[in-house]
Order: sequence, then C-alpha cells, then structure tokens
Amino acid sequence: MCQVGEDYGEPAPGEPPPVPRPSREQKCVKCKEAQPVVVIRAGDAFCRDCFKAFYVHKFRAMLGKNRLIFPGEKVLLAWSGGPSSSSMVWQVLEGLSQDSAKRLRFVAGVIFVDEGAACGQSLEERSKTLAEVKPILQATGFPWHVVALEEVFSLPPSVLWCSAQEPVGSERAYKAAVDSFLQQQHVLGARGGPGPTQGEEQPPQPPLDPRSLARLPAAAQTEALSQLFCSVRTLTAKEELLQTLRTHLILHMARAHGYSKVMTGDSCTRLAIKLMTNLALGRGAFLAWDTGFSDERHGDVVVVRPMRDHTLKEVAFYNRLFSVPSVFTPAVDTKAPEKASIHRLMEAFILRLQTQFPSTVSTVYRTSEKLVKAPRDGPAAGDSSPRCLLCMCALDIDAADSATAFGAQTSSRLSQMQLPIPLTETRTPPGPCCSPGVGRAQGCGQGACRREDPQACIEEQLCYSCRVNMKDLGLGLAGDPGLSD
Amino acid sequence: MAAPLSVDVEFGGGAELLFDGIKKHRVTLPGQEEPWDIRNLLIWIKKNLLKERPELFIQGDSVRPGILVLINDADWELLGELDYQLQDQDSVLFISTLHGG
Repeated sequence: MCQVGEDYGEPAPGEPPPVPRPSREQKCVKCKEAQPVVVIRAGDAFCRDCFKAFYVHKFRAMLGKNRLIFPGEKVLLAWSGGPSSSSMVWQVLEGLSQDSAKRLRFVAGVIFVDEGAACGQSLEERSKTLAEVKPILQATGFPWHVVALEEVFSLPPSVLWCSAQEPVGSERAYKAAVDSFLQQQHVLGARGGPGPTQGEEQPPQPPLDPRSLARLPAAAQTEALSQLFCSVRTLTAKEELLQTLRTHLILHMARAHGYSKVMTGDSCTRLAIKLMTNLALGRGAFLAWDTGFSDERHGDVVVVRPMRDHTLKEVAFYNRLFSVPSVFTPAVDTKAPEKASIHRLMEAFILRLQTQFPSTVSTVYRTSEKLVKAPRDGPAAGDSSPRCLLCMCALDIDAADSATAFGAQTSSRLSQMQLPIPLTETRTPPGPCCSPGVGRAQGCGQGACRREDPQACIEEQLCYSCRVNMKDLGLGLAGDPGLSD
Repeated sequence: MAAPLSVDVEFGGGAELLFDGIKKHRVTLPGQEEPWDIRNLLIWIKKNLLKERPELFIQGDSVRPGILVLINDADWELLGELDYQLQDQDSVLFISTLHGG
C-alpha cells in the first residue's frame, strides 16, 4: 500500500516476471494445432479459424445475453462506411443467412449518412464516395437508405420531443416471443410454404424513395450546412454537433420507415474513449446511455451497440482476413493534430496508455458495464422529468444549488437580469415551449420565457454539456437548423 | 550487410491519406550495412514515402498507437514487432484503426 516516504525506485520484490511475448512458433491457444495469425488481449494467439469463431461468438453472445431484439423486429443498421460498422453489417448478413437453428431472427435495413458537407468535401468527392457506397449497400440485399446530412434542415420539430417510452419486455416476454416465433416457423415449415416473417426476411427491392436514389441535395442546403459547421469555433463542439445531428437524422429515418431499433457499430475501444471524453465534456450523468449496450432515451426507438465487446484491433483483423468491404470517408477530425479537440486528446491518451498497459481499454469497458441507469428522482419520475432539447437525456439540473455548474450559470444570469424570475417555472414539461418561434425576438410568451433573450430560453432546456457546446456555435441560435421555423 | 530486398508495403484504414492516397507500394530496399528489420523499414518509409504529418504515422521508433502492422497477413506481435527481419517478397500492411466507426 502507498505510504508517505516509501521509495518506489526499485521494482517490488514479489512482482511476477513480464508475460513472455507470443511467437509464431507457438500454436493457437484454442485449438492447439494451427499456426496463430493474431494476438488478442495480452498474449492469446489465435489461428484464423479460431479467431473467426471467437469474433462471431462475441457478436452473437452480445445480442443473445441482452435479449432486447425480438424475433421479427425491424432493425436499422447505421453504417458509416468505417471498419466497425462494416463489420457489424457483415455479421448481421452472415447471421441472417445461417441455417435456421442459429439464424438471427430480426429484419434488417441499412442507412448511410452522407456527411460530406460538414467535412468540407466537394460535390465530386461526395459523388465518388456514393459511387463506392452504393454497390456495397446493394450487395447486402437489405433495404437501404442513403441520406445526406442536409436533410436535417427539413426535420420536423417533433424529433426533439421524447415519445412515450415503450415498456422494456421482461425475460418471460422475450422467451414467450421466441417460443411463439419458433412455433410459427415450425407450422409454416410443415405446410411447406413461406410465412409472412419469412417474406420479411427476404426483403423486396430497395425502396424507390427519391432519397435512396441519392441525388445530391439542393446547393442552398449544402451551403447552409457548410456555413453552420464552419462557424463552430472549436473542433470539440463540431464533433458533438455532428453527432447530435446525425443521431436525430437516423432516428427520424428509423421512425419514418417503422424501425424500432437502431444498431450502431461502436467498438470497445471507441466506447472506452467515448466514456472518458464524455466525462471531460460534462456528460458524466449520461454515461450509461452514451456507452451502454442499449440507449432508450428517445423513447420509441432504441439504439443498440452490438459491437461493444470488440476492440478496434479485432475488427481490423477480421475485416482484413475475411475481406469485409468498407469505404473510407474523411471525417471532421481527419489529420487533426492531437490537441485539436477533447476527443482527439482522449483518444491519444487512451491508446498510448493501452500500448503500455494492455488492459486499459478492457478495464474502462468493464467499468462502463457497471453503470446503472437510474432517474435522479426515483423510477417514477423517469418519464416525466424534463429532457435536454438536443441530446434528449433527462436534465440533471439542480438550479437552486449554487455549488454546481448549473447553479453558477443560472445565478450569474439572474444577477444580470433586472427582474428575478422564479426558478420553479423552469421545470417545463417535455415539449420545448419555444421550438417553433426561436427566431422571433419576443420569445414565446409562455412560462419561464418571459425573458427577452431567446438564447437564455433555449439554454435552460439544455443539459450542461449541450450548453457548453452551444456557446461555441458562432452563429448563435438563429443558425441552429433543428430549431428554425 | 543486408542485400537489396523487394517488399510490398500497403496502407489501409485511412493511413493512405498520408501517402498521397496510394495504398499499395512495391518498394525495393537498397543493400545497406544494417539489416532490414521493421525498425529500419519505418525509417526508410518516413524518408521516402511519407508525404506529410509524420507524427500521425510514426511515434518514436515505432508506429503511432492505433496503427496495426501485419506482416504477410499475420500480427507483427507474433513475429517480433520491430525486430522482425524482412525477407524478399514480404508484404507489410499498415492499417490505421483510428478512422471511422
């Protein structure tokens, strides 16, 4: 144990010798026969086939143990083109086509969001990317959607409202659903014809939705989005804004097409980095939703992260060894230096630590598994407590407490105003009160927003980290697409 | 004394952005005093192939954390990492895992 004055210069006498480095001469640790090709964790060398079995098993186990995806459910796969989400799509593809005993039982669709305008790409570059993306989407055989980020401007304000939360199915409900599904399959198999669920699993032609034909959006919208992102002062805020807009867009598409779940390809490494980054961003209260397996904050559509047990190394190796197609698209932080944003800094920190202490990522991951989602005022208050306008998490405000960041902000704002406004009126019910009328200087006239400052009115409905990000949006609220008329 | 070698150097996962977007390079390493191990290959790559931002590819005498190295489609950790001695017609692949999701 640590003691004052203890000398740490020499290594502790009882310390075990360092783990011997694995070498090619050893055999695969699993089958003990074949030559290993990849080292997983600290020192476990796997051969190609054992690695594949290990990788696939992790994916299936993650879905199986959480029991959130019911048979026949429509699931939207969020594909960015990157390695993790490509691997996820590939796993779903293989899982859906296996023989019936082990087959995955949900119905999948894929969505690709074209973020070229936010990343400063030209129209030619975006067309080139789309030309690479579309054959891969078509090859999956799933219904696919290509959406440009510019569509965020045409989202209805209802995306910012949290719909009633579906009650989470109990264990018994899940088991009953699976049993009845299997019975159905059995009966239909005996009759010899394909049933309705079979028909759904072999989807029809991709929908001829004009958006899925991926015409590039109107130049004015592209210009507006480009300006919005250029006006953001810090890369940190830019990344957060991009994530918020992308999430709302994907969820809107999911709702529009009847998907009740969205799968994202966040890997173990990425989630460990995200956990630490979010702590630095002031999102500590929401870690369980941001990094857990399931994220139910949006109510009717649940975001699920089946790749959260796979490290980036495993994903990269799998994709290489088994030729999983992926498309490289530059992002807002491509080639950014290490200190350009909190995200980059944390990524460099974690990865560097990982090289010296190989259990870093897995320790952070295991810690994140222990995070529990508990509404602040007890389970009953969960649904009706006010939510952040942008990230949809339950607001963790304690406006009366001057010791917190919120308290400090609110009290400093109050001291600037002439008329004190009662704090109790800030607890508005869900449904932003000034969403349609932000541009108007007089505010919406309801409740707490008698202030003449629409910015303060909006800020009150944001959680701490969204408020901080909002400060970095140079155009102010008039430029915020989600809140315009 | 190391004889000249012909190796395939490939970049993926976004690392190719630092090399003018070119993924595959067939390189001929000249004969030299020191043996051709990965350490010296990295020095050679930095001098001859890397077009910009060396700190995004190399850190110290190894690759930046987050970049995987595969030698003939096998993890370099199994082959001695920086000390692996290159053979003629070897294929070295650098995959950046830092990009995309």
